Amino acid sequence: MARVIKGRALVGGEAEAESLVADEPLSFWGGYDQRTGEIIDRRHPLSGQIAAARALALPASRGSSTTTAVLLEAVRSGKAPAAIVTVAVDYFFSLASIVAGEMYGKSIPIVAIAPEDFATLRTGQRIQVCRDGALIVRTGDVV
Amino acid sequence: MSLMLSADDHAQLDGGRGPAAQMAMRIIARMAEVCGADSLMDITGAHIDSALFQGDATLEFAERLAGLGARVIVPTTLNVSGVDEHGWREWATPPEWAAKALRQMAAYQSMGAVPTWTCAPYQTEWRPKFGQQIAWGESNAICFANSVIGARTERYPDLMDICAAITGRVPATGLHLTENRAGQVQMRLVDVPRRAQEVDEFYPVLGHLIGKIAQGRVSVIEGVIVAPSEDQLKALCAAAAASGAAALIHIVGVTPEALTAESAFQKRAPQQTVVITMDSLRAARGELTTAVGDKLDMIVLGSPHFSLAEFKKLAPMLEGKRRHPDVQFLVTTSRLMADLADQAGRLAPLKQFGGKVTVDTCILTTPMLRPEIKTLMTNSAKYAYYSPGLLNAQVVFGSLEDCVRSAVAGRVVKDESLWRE
Repeated sequence: MARVIKGRALVGGEAEAESLVADEPLSFWGGYDQRTGEIIDRRHPLSGQIAAARALALPASRGSSTTTAVLLEAVRSGKAPAAIVTVAVDYFFSLASIVAGEMYGKSIPIVAIAPEDFATLRTGQRIQVCRDGALIVRTGDVV
Repeated sequence: MSLMLSADDHAQLDGGRGPAAQMAMRIIARMAEVCGADSLMDITGAHIDSALFQGDATLEFAERLAGLGARVIVPTTLNVSGVDEHGWREWATPPEWAAKALRQMAAYQSMGAVPTWTCAPYQTEWRPKFGQQIAWGESNAICFANSVIGARTERYPDLMDICAAITGRVPATGLHLTENRAGQVQMRLVDVPRRAQEVDEFYPVLGHLIGKIAQGRVSVIEGVIVAPSEDQLKALCAAAAASGAAALIHIVGVTPEALTAESAFQKRAPQQTVVITMDSLRAARGELTTAVGDKLDMIVLGSPHFSLAEFKKLAPMLEGKRRHPDVQFLVTTSRLMADLADQAGRLAPLKQFGGKVTVDTCILTTPMLRPEIKTLMTNSAKYAYYSPGLLNAQVVFGSLEDCVRSAVAGRVVKDESLWRE
C-alpha cells in the first residue's frame, strides 16, 4: 500500500529512505552526533537511534541556533538524514541544506507537511521524497 | 506571494558588491522564499554565532567567505568561539581542535566583526535599542534582545547570521514585524509567592517551564509581582530558549512590550492558557537534575556568560573559603567581564577559593573538560539542559548558594526549603 502526502518542498530534492519519526522537536546541537548520526538528546524519544540516511520526521527543530552548523557538518561527513520532514516551516534545517548545496553541492530535501498528515507517519515506513515536495509513503512493507 | 528584491538586492545578487556578498545574498534570498517573505528589509546590527567552530564544515564556510573578501556592513558582534584563545592550554582542549577554532575566529575577525566572544552581547556596549531591527544568532541572546530590550530579531541560525551582516538584509518576516510579536500563549502564575519570585533560582526554573509550554510560540507571563533583575531575566530567557526555542517572552509589568496583558496580546485572544503553580515549577526544577546521589566532580557557572553583577554576588560567598580538593570550580565569562571583575577586586576571592575562569567560550562549545568529569553542578538551566547530551555528563541543578556550599563540602548539598510542599 502506498499513499501520497502533499508537502511543501522547503528545499527541493529526491530521496528514498526508512522513516524515523518523533512528535517532539529536536535541537541538533546537543541532540545529534554529527560524526555518527546518533540522536543524543537523552530527553528525546529518539535518543540512541541513528538518523543518518533515514527520512527523519520531527515537528520542528528546537533551541540552539547551532543546529544548522551541526547539520551542515553531518552532511559533509555523510552522516546526515537522507531527508527531513517537518510540520513547521523550519528555518534551521532549510538553511543548513541550502548552505550544504552552496558549499558541497549536496543539499538534502526538507519538506513541510500538514499536522494531520504528520500524525499518520510511523517509524519504519519507506518514504520516497519527490522533487515537488510530495511524499510517497509505503505502509505495507515496513523495512 | 513572491519575493520582490530591491535594486540593491539585485546588485548584490549579481555580484556588484563582490563574490562574498553575492553568495550571502543568494542564501538570504533563498531563505526569504523558504519563509514566504515578500521582501527583504534592512538591519542595523548583527550578532554572529557562526564563529563557533563545530567542525571542518563551519571552518570551510568561514574561510570560503573570508577568502572571497567578505566584510560586514553593519555593527557586528561575535558570540562564543570554539576555544579560549589565550587560556586553552590549561585544559584538555586538543591542539588540533584549538588550531582550527583559532582559524575560524580569525576568519570572522577579518570580516570586520567585533571580537566580543560572548553569548551575552546585550551586556556589552553593543547592546541594541528598543525597536532596533537586528539579526542575531545565539538562542539566549535572541530571546533576551526581543523580550527584555524590545529589539527585533528572528531566531537566526548559524551560517545565516553572517549572511545578514554581510548583506545588511534579512527576510521581512517573523519577529521583525509588529503583528508577529503578539502573545500566543498565556501563562498565569497562581499562588507563586513573592519569596519564591525573589530568589535567583526561580528564574531558570520558570524559564525551563515556559520554554516547554511555549514550544516556539510567543508567551505572555502574568503574575510576576516582583521586579526581576537583568541577570534573572537573562537566566529565564536562556532556559526557555533551550527547552523550547522561545524567542520572545512578554512578562506583564516587566518587559517593554507588555506594560499590560492587553498590549502584549495586541488585543487578540490567547491560543492557550496555562496555569503555573509551585507544583509545576517543582516538577520543572526536578527535570533539570539528572544525577542520582551526591557525588560531584565540578561546579560550573556562567551560561550565559557571567556578568559583573554576578561576580559581585559570588565573590563575598567565597571569602575565606576553599573548594574541596576533589571538586573543580569554573566560571565561564567574556574577556570584558573578567577584566571588569578583576578591576573591581572580584576575581581574587575566586582564585583564592581555588576557582578558575575561562573566557571566549564555554564548556559546551569547546572540548576543555576531561572525560573523568562525570557529574557537574550548575545554577544555569542552559548548562543543565545541554550537558547530558553534549558532554555525556550527569548534572545537578541548584542555586548559586547551593553550588558554593557543595564545592566546599565536596558533595551535593542543596537547600530545599523553598521547594518543599
